[in-house]
Amino acid sequence: MSGGKMEVVRAGALTTVQDLGRFGHASLGVPRSGAMDQPAHRLANRLVGNPADAATMETTLTGMAVRATRPVLVAVTGAPAPVRVDGRPAAWADPVYLPAGAVLDVGTVTSGLRSYVAVSGGITVPSVLGSRSTDLLSGLGPAPLQDGDILPVGAPGGRPMRSDTVAWQAPPSELVLPVLLGPRDDWFTRAAVDTLASARFSVSSKSNRIALRTDGPVLERSVHREMASEGMVVGAVQVPPEGRPVVFLADSPTTGGYPVIGVVPESRLAAAAQAVPGLPIRFSPIRQRPRRSARPGHAYSLGSD
Amino acid sequence: MRLSPVGADSLLVDLDTPEEAQAWHARILHRRSAGRLVPVREIVPGEKTVLLYGIGDADAMAAELRQWSVPPLAADSGPLIEIPVRYDGADLPAVADLWGVTQDEVARIHSTTHHRVAFCGFAPGFAYLLGLEERCHVPRKAEPRTSVPAGSVALAGPYTGIYPRASPGGWQLIGTTDLRLWDMERDPAATLSPGTRVRFVPQPASESTKRSKATTQGRTKGERHHA
Repeated sequence: MSGGKMEVVRAGALTTVQDLGRFGHASLGVPRSGAMDQPAHRLANRLVGNPADAATMETTLTGMAVRATRPVLVAVTGAPAPVRVDGRPAAWADPVYLPAGAVLDVGTVTSGLRSYVAVSGGITVPSVLGSRSTDLLSGLGPAPLQDGDILPVGAPGGRPMRSDTVAWQAPPSELVLPVLLGPRDDWFTRAAVDTLASARFSVSSKSNRIALRTDGPVLERSVHREMASEGMVVGAVQVPPEGRPVVFLADSPTTGGYPVIGVVPESRLAAAAQAVPGLPIRFSPIRQRPRRSARPGHAYSLGSD
Repeated sequence: MRLSPVGADSLLVDLDTPEEAQAWHARILHRRSAGRLVPVREIVPGEKTVLLYGIGDADAMAAELRQWSVPPLAADSGPLIEIPVRYDGADLPAVADLWGVTQDEVARIHSTTHHRVAFCGFAPGFAYLLGLEERCHVPRKAEPRTSVPAGSVALAGPYTGIYPRASPGGWQLIGTTDLRLWDMERDPAATLSPGTRVRFVPQPASESTKRSKATTQGRTKGERHHA
C-alpha cells in the first residue's frame, strides 16, 4: 500500500511533528529536539507497526483532530486523553482503525501534558539534518501544525503490537528528579546543594519544550565571576543569575553561559515532559564520587583532579 | 586538564585557556576521524572546554584522555575561510569610541586579525570567533535589539559573531556580509564550524549602495523565521 495524507482538522494548543531527534550537529549549534516523552513516542509507533524513528505528532494539553485520506491505524499514547473516531469513543494506548475520511479526535488530557499520535507509515514530512522533528528554539523542521495543514503519511510497514504490556501509571502527585551533581556544583554554596535536596520547588508555567522552569527558592553561588560558555546536555540543571534551577529539555541550546549544578538522567525526562505547571518537584542530588577503578553495576563516576 | 562528569555518560574536558581548548578539540576530532577514539555521539567545544556527550564507555574515554599531552595548535592549522565584509554597522562609531580609534582603524584592526571559530551556539550556524586582543573586547549593548539583520558582523566580549539570520541580539554591529552562514540547501549547512580559521576581507565602499539593497531584502525574508 502506498502512502497517503492526513488533514489537520484541529491543531490544538501546540502540536508538532516529532521523532527521536536530530543527532550529530550539536557542535554547530543544532539542538537535539525530538519527542519530549520518548517512551510514549516509541510505544505509539510500536502499536501501529512503525519503527521507533517514525515521526509522530506531539500534542499539548488540548489534543488535536486529524482526518485520513486512506484507511490507517492510529494510536494515542503519552498523556491520557479521550479518543474518538467520528465521535464514537475509541481506545487510548491501543491500535485504532481509522477508515478513509474518518476523523480521529484526541481530546483535552485528563492528566499529564503531552499526547503522541502515531499513524501507520509515520508522518513523512521532509527530513532536515536527519530528523523530521520540529525544533522550536532554532526553527528547524516543520512549523507547529495549523488547522487545515496536510501531512504526508508513509506506506505502512511492520506488524502492529497490542498494548497488553502497557503499564498504567497514575498521575504523579510530585515530580521526583534525581540530579547527578556536576560539572559545576562547586560554583554553588554547600547550602545551595542542601536547598536543592530539601526544598520544595514547583513546575513554572513558563516551562516549554526548551526547558522546565521552576518556582521556589534560589540557589546561591559561591563563585560569582562570569562563566565561559560551554557545551550543554539535555537534562542539564542550569542555574541562571536569578537563581532558580532550569532543567534543559529537548529543544534546549547546545551551549550556555550559566553553571550547571547537575544533570537529570535522560530516563527521567519523560516524567518532566508530562509535568503540569504547579506540580511539586523534589530534586534528589547524587554526588558522583571519585574512584580509581571501574566497579561493575555501579553508576559511572569521576572526580575532578 | 580536568575531567568532570556530566550526567552518567558524558564528560567535560576543562582547560585553562581557549587556545588549549582548541588544541584539545582538534586532537579529539583527529583521533575520531582516524578511528582511534572511544565512540561518542557529540563533540561540543566551548570557550575553554570540550564536552564529550554520549560516550559509549566513559571510563575508557577518561582513562585515554588522561594519557594525552596536547601541544598548542599551529597558527595555520585548520581550514581558512575568507568572509567579505562591509564595515558599515550601526555600532561602528560606538566601537571606535570604545577602542579609542577611528572607524577606519576598527576596520583595519578587525580585518587584519587572525580569527578562529572557538565554538557555536545561540542559533544553528552562529559561530563564536576568538582572535581580537583584549583591548578590543567590548561589552554587549545595554538594550538588545529586537531584530538584528542576517549577515550582521558583530562584537561582544572577546568574540566576533555573524548573525546567520535575523534574530534579536545584543551584540555591537560593526559590519555586514552577504555570505550565507547557514544554508539548508548546502552540505554542510554551516559555513563556520569549530576550528575554522577566519579572515575578514573589507569590501570597497563603492559597492555599499548596491549591496545594502540586497541586505534589506534578506532581512525581510529572514524575519519570518524566529530565533
